Amino acid sequence: MAGKSEPLADLSVAYTMDKVPAADWLVAAPVVWCILLGAILLMLRKRTDIQPLVAIPALGILVLMTFALLAHVIQNGTVTMTMGRWLPPFGISFTVDLLGAFFAATSALVALGAGIYGRSDVDDTGRRYGFYPFLLLIMAGILGAFMTGDIFNLYVWFEVLLISSFGLLVLGSERKQLDGAVKYAFLNLVATTLFLVATGYLYGLFGTLNMADITVKASELRGTAPLMTLVTLYLLAFAMKAAAFPVNFWLPASYHTPRLVVSALFAGLLTKVGIYALLRILGMLFPFEREELSFLIAIAAALTMILGVVGALAQNDIRRSLGFLVISGIGVMMAGLALGSPAGLSGAIFYAAHSMVVMTALYFATGIGARLGGSFELTSAGGLYARNAFLAAMTLILFLSVAGLPPFSGLWPKIMLVKASLDIGAWWLAGAILVTGLLTTITVGRIWVLAYWRPAPGEGPATMVPASLSAGATIALAGLVAVTIAAGVWPEPVMALAQDAARGLIDPSAYVLSVFPVEASQ
Amino acid sequence: MEPIFAILVGAFFTVAIYLFLSKHIIRVLMGAAILGNAVNLLIFTAGRVTREVPPIIGGDSDALSDFAANPLPQALVLTAIVISFSFFAFLLVLGYRAFQELHTDNSDEMRVAEPMAEPSPPTGY
Amino acid sequence: MRTVIFRSIAPYLTSLMVLFSVFVLLRGHNEPGGGFIGGLIAASALAIYGIACGVAPVRRAIYFHPMAIAAFGLFMAAMAGVLSVFAGVPYMSGLWIYPQIFGAEVALSSVLVFDVGVYLVVVGAISSIALALEERDRD
Repeated sequence: MAGKSEPLADLSVAYTMDKVPAADWLVAAPVVWCILLGAILLMLRKRTDIQPLVAIPALGILVLMTFALLAHVIQNGTVTMTMGRWLPPFGISFTVDLLGAFFAATSALVALGAGIYGRSDVDDTGRRYGFYPFLLLIMAGILGAFMTGDIFNLYVWFEVLLISSFGLLVLGSERKQLDGAVKYAFLNLVATTLFLVATGYLYGLFGTLNMADITVKASELRGTAPLMTLVTLYLLAFAMKAAAFPVNFWLPASYHTPRLVVSALFAGLLTKVGIYALLRILGMLFPFEREELSFLIAIAAALTMILGVVGALAQNDIRRSLGFLVISGIGVMMAGLALGSPAGLSGAIFYAAHSMVVMTALYFATGIGARLGGSFELTSAGGLYARNAFLAAMTLILFLSVAGLPPFSGLWPKIMLVKASLDIGAWWLAGAILVTGLLTTITVGRIWVLAYWRPAPGEGPATMVPASLSAGATIALAGLVAVTIAAGVWPEPVMALAQDAARGLIDPSAYVLSVFPVEASQ
Repeated sequence: MEPIFAILVGAFFTVAIYLFLSKHIIRVLMGAAILGNAVNLLIFTAGRVTREVPPIIGGDSDALSDFAANPLPQALVLTAIVISFSFFAFLLVLGYRAFQELHTDNSDEMRVAEPMAEPSPPTGY
Repeated sequence: MRTVIFRSIAPYLTSLMVLFSVFVLLRGHNEPGGGFIGGLIAASALAIYGIACGVAPVRRAIYFHPMAIAAFGLFMAAMAGVLSVFAGVPYMSGLWIYPQIFGAEVALSSVLVFDVGVYLVVVGAISSIALALEERDRD
């Protein structure tokens, strides 16, 4: 009650009494920054001319923050900040290890691309409906999910990004969007509900929600507690979020309906949050249960890859084709999770980062192509090479990258995964990855030949006029393409990063040490 | 108290899943509301349902005594209620808007985003 | 619903409910109550006013767009945590000051700022949905 200005108890039992080093603020800063700027932009909803001027520099600062955090984590190892001074596991910890920092930096880069591209793609109505505020808020959800060290908090960040994604999905409220959003919303509701049920059970078994604490206690409880049930529930919930095979049908139903920049952002980031959660929960918290389930995960992964790309092959609409390619990529990452070896996990991490950049850029390229007078329909598209050779070249690079052909970033993670599968004798998984690569090459090759190379149907060469791109779209596209070229030609730093991140998952002692420094020193 | 709640949770899940299998969006909506309550009740019950025993851990142990209800699941439920409430409000508006625009609440007829008769991609150059 | 009785009572009912919501908000730190439930009460007060007198008077009465109110609440709640940068403690730590106001000690904290932020978020978000639904009923 009011009136007691002196605390009676000894605070050091419950509180951390250390001063927080300034660099540790980088852990909380990106999420807080996104929420603050999202709120400011929401207040400026009507000022559609100011919004991009505020949002794009804000996203630029976000990129700087996340890269500073990545550098901090590379130098000093895992960083933890426990909210509200409470000692872990009672306070909610934000724990950023290499995996979280790497994904956070990549996703911030993608969001900056989306912000720049959105300047030309989202008109005034879209801005009034709140494209930029929701972009910042969805980034808060995504970054929060990558950075949190508390499993219930992870659920909350999932909901934050889900609710912002609803806002983005129905931007403009067209019939198609509402149709897609209904399916997206209900199926994702089921997934998060499963996540919540699993988290309730987890607390019942462990009595803690802190991930580092769970990691320590899992080995004690193994054998007495029904951990397999728990982990299978998590697998189902996150596989649904990641759009893995038997539970992926919400993705092709909705991802082609919103504005292109929104599709691009979703394709790049949302499913990867599911993959991140799978890596974190199954890869780090419950490695033994993951080992037991690995055959099941491997089958789901192989089916996801193959059926995803077959679906892509059967589509006439380029956006829907890309949606299926996103699913196929999820299968490749799941294969890495099924393998579980350092090589497998690092392949999955590298592939996830590659997929974030390349899928987003592919949607950008498709959107620019459609605006240049092409069309999303393969039957009627054509002549884009004649209109703008630069765009055609950029798209070709992205297509080769998504198919996993050299010298672009898709090649290396696939090599890592194929080698990791062959190492343990899972030749069929390696085969599935390679067949997926071949079918992807056919899919994207056909799109490029039909939409870019051939002259537009019903038009002679004379009527085709070269068209120029808007500056924002060019910068966003070229920037992301530059990333995939750089990571393809010079893969060693990214590969080393992915390998270190995978090592951190397999041996989480550094993670635990960062959250509980006292116990470790005893 | 807990066995009764456990049976109730089972009944809630049954009803929710039954409603979710319906083709009509309005029933799925009700299913979503009941599903949220089922999960909340589940977690609430899992934290023990007792009254008038303060949830204080004695100095000689590091776990809560069997007679006190654990307050943390209740805090989780509180968060989950807020989230499922806002979720439900959004779904309600979305379902209503979809009904207005698509003139149907039958999910079999909601084929605007994925038309039935979509042309195949061209097979030749 | 626009009966004379309801329309004459609604303004008094609304003002009482908003007052009660502020009371619930402020007692929330030590007793049942708080930002969320207070915000719900305030939002239902606005909804009642909207049912009785139409949506346009409500929108005039709250002056700002409900979403702007929610956004300001979100900003406030996030800023309540940022205050702890200056104290050198982790994000979202509760910080207290005890000023003497008219001789009585009043405990003010960053937690209260956060709770007021939650209150505004709930008022803004829920009343924006409620008003949108009521508006649609009319046409």
